[in-house]
Amino acid sequence: MRSRNLLALALAPLIAFPLIYSSAQESPEPELKIQAFTNATIYPVSSPKIENATLLLKGDTIIAVGPSDQIDIPADAQRIDATGKTIIPGLICTHSHIGSVSGADSSSPIQPEVRVLDSIDVRDTSINKARAGGITTVNLMSGSGHLLSGQTLYLKLREGNTVEDLSIKLPDGSLAYGVKMANGTNSIRDNGPFPGTRAKSAALVRQKFLEAQVYQKKRAKHLEENDPEKTFERDLALETLADILDGKRTVHHHTHRHDDILTVLRLKEEFGFKVVLHHVSEAWKVADEIAAADVPCSLIFLDSPGGKLEARDFEWRNGAELEKRGVLTALHTDDPINDSRWFLRNAAIGVRAGMSREKALEALTLSGAKILDLDKSVGSLEPGKQADFVLLSGDPFSIYTRILETHIEGKQVFDLEDPQDRLFAEGGYGAGHNRQATGCCFYR
Amino acid sequence: MFKSLLLSLLSLSLTAAHAQIAVKADLLFTMTGDLKPIKNAIILCSPDGTIQAVGTDIQIPEGYQTLTVKVATPGIIDAHSTVGLSGILNSPKHDQEQLEKSAPIQPELRAIDAYNGRDPLVKWLRDLGVTTVHTGHAPGTLISGQLMVVKTNVPAITSLDDTLVPTSAVAATLGSSALSKSPGTRAKAIALLRAELLKAQAHARKISTAEADDEKDAPAPNIKLQILVDVLNKKTPLLINAQRHQDIASALRLREEFGFNLILDGAAEAYLLLEEIKAAGIPVIVHPTMGRPFGDLENMTFTLAAQLHQKGIPFAFQSGYETYVPKTRVVHFEAALAAAYGLPREIALAACTIYPAKILGLDDKIGSLAPGKHADLALFDGDPLETTTHTTHVIINGKLVSSTAK
Repeated sequence: MRSRNLLALALAPLIAFPLIYSSAQESPEPELKIQAFTNATIYPVSSPKIENATLLLKGDTIIAVGPSDQIDIPADAQRIDATGKTIIPGLICTHSHIGSVSGADSSSPIQPEVRVLDSIDVRDTSINKARAGGITTVNLMSGSGHLLSGQTLYLKLREGNTVEDLSIKLPDGSLAYGVKMANGTNSIRDNGPFPGTRAKSAALVRQKFLEAQVYQKKRAKHLEENDPEKTFERDLALETLADILDGKRTVHHHTHRHDDILTVLRLKEEFGFKVVLHHVSEAWKVADEIAAADVPCSLIFLDSPGGKLEARDFEWRNGAELEKRGVLTALHTDDPINDSRWFLRNAAIGVRAGMSREKALEALTLSGAKILDLDKSVGSLEPGKQADFVLLSGDPFSIYTRILETHIEGKQVFDLEDPQDRLFAEGGYGAGHNRQATGCCFYR
Repeated sequence: MFKSLLLSLLSLSLTAAHAQIAVKADLLFTMTGDLKPIKNAIILCSPDGTIQAVGTDIQIPEGYQTLTVKVATPGIIDAHSTVGLSGILNSPKHDQEQLEKSAPIQPELRAIDAYNGRDPLVKWLRDLGVTTVHTGHAPGTLISGQLMVVKTNVPAITSLDDTLVPTSAVAATLGSSALSKSPGTRAKAIALLRAELLKAQAHARKISTAEADDEKDAPAPNIKLQILVDVLNKKTPLLINAQRHQDIASALRLREEFGFNLILDGAAEAYLLLEEIKAAGIPVIVHPTMGRPFGDLENMTFTLAAQLHQKGIPFAFQSGYETYVPKTRVVHFEAALAAAYGLPREIALAACTIYPAKILGLDDKIGSLAPGKHADLALFDGDPLETTTHTTHVIINGKLVSSTAK
């Protein structure tokens, strides 16, 4: 536990009891804690960097950000001196396999009925490590060994006992998630029912979505008729695809090679997907086409190309090429491909190869929020948004900068000064006991 | 003076074809002495590929091609890689030559028979400033084969002279990644290794008996036992990849029993055995800082290099062996991360230049910048350890091999 939270914990029983009683008597809402982080260098992301700045929170929400001399700090606020420190929004990883996540099995190449929700281990140390890496929001994905490997899940990395504690609820009450698809090498296998070629891969997907269009119409008709006498046979797989066709769910599409990228754009054109291209190793070859299709990308910067044929032509300049063309571009760790604790460094590689510092920081935060349709609540430091932020020891893109604290919705979830948290940040005896992520394709 | 005049005259005549290179650096890390950089320094490369002069009061003779840069360091040395054997495509039977799994112990497999210097990953590393790699067979079987030391400008091994050391070490692995059907347990793995080393001892005895006594026949030639005899005779070190503390302890126990030169490799949990490693006086080639914390590496720490440094244990960084993407790591990126986790910056740089040169016994040739040493340099437009810095030029043996500004 962390020092500041320790105090809160010690006081908790004293405060909690009267609260329970008072809420039973329908008294006014308890006063929300006000916190002021003062004298920091703040990158709100939605607006330019501010020196000597203050971040003011009330409960789980940001109420003000600005130069310290322009922010009125209420008398009862808890003041935290952040002199010499840098504050950025909580990082958003649009593609990760932490939490021992799994999706589809080997029985078929398209399994939209499978939810990663039913697989996540919130006690897996990879989640603690992601908090140590400054990640506050994450899209947990199933693997790329299928054309469609399941429903993903968007999580806030709050501390919690169940996956529901970490989940994000949409206004309609459903959980926030997307759908994972893939093309290219990983989903091609030697044996049926898996495709053996790229053309077959596309054909299988198209056939399934044509079936989903029929289902979509039936479902719409049933809802329109609103006849309690009539029953509607739900199909979990087609239901998910129909949600995609309705624009309710985003397809997160793994794709590397230029021709595979164009195949995704073709599918989007035919079925009206809301789609995000993931990895996009050869984005630099078809950057114009990606821009023309107005499709966002989620990139990863690896330390070298290769590892498979379709990643041979991967280049660091993907970020810069997409930025030049105004493509909405986020980043991801693909943890365990890149460790969540090196996410800031990933953006620094983008800067090295020509991305602007502004867009690179945006790619770690606000662009990710936009891609996950969560930008109303997270992704930047603005009044009204959830208080998700990271305290750094210095420049976000310097290798020597350390992540000092991570806060989600006004609560500290990582503190480098805390010995247990430091163990997750740096590694050491007991940091492991990790269950290997199953989402990817390691051969040993 | 006269000599340098003569040299500059000589160089003038060569200018048309290959101008000699002079490097003018705002900050020069020679990696000699106290490892501190010198300001506004000049390095002259000689036509024979060595360094002609290094200093602050040097005039660049006419006819030299002068490269003006912010920072210059010795060419980066990767203390342990599999590049050139484990190719970019990760395609078995096509470019994956780093691991032969037909038998658990195959020390006779030579790196020189497998190295492809034209693999794009070699160029990738070279463009980033890596000029020398200690490369060869990967961790993954008890003894997977040999390693060699080669410059990254060598496209193919046409003679042993193309390498710096054709057989620099024999690569062994203790721990989970070397276990399959047999050896299927740690105890069995050590039993197999001990039996093989005993066989090599017997082989060595038969050879010396035959040499001393004309009546006695020499044993039948056996390349597998011969290389192990070289290990026992301390001619070739045994590089043992061991991540967990009990595997590191086993490596130390084997060395105690057989008396070979040991290089500890990986050593993720070495922080639990600092006293023992220090007492044994052996060097450690640390796991890549960006290693993945699974399996035997689950308790790895980014602070390992800092802890070894504090303890005074010789160490160097490696890019290691990658089974998937990225297909290789970049050794000075690994060093940079250790610098963020407690290792002084100049030590981080030393651990991918002069320290690996010492561990490989090549510090008279590479790893630092002084007259007579190989003119291998990496040039940067900023702090070599910062992610956002570009490698602007790379020089090997006095020749410009890259100017891609990567």
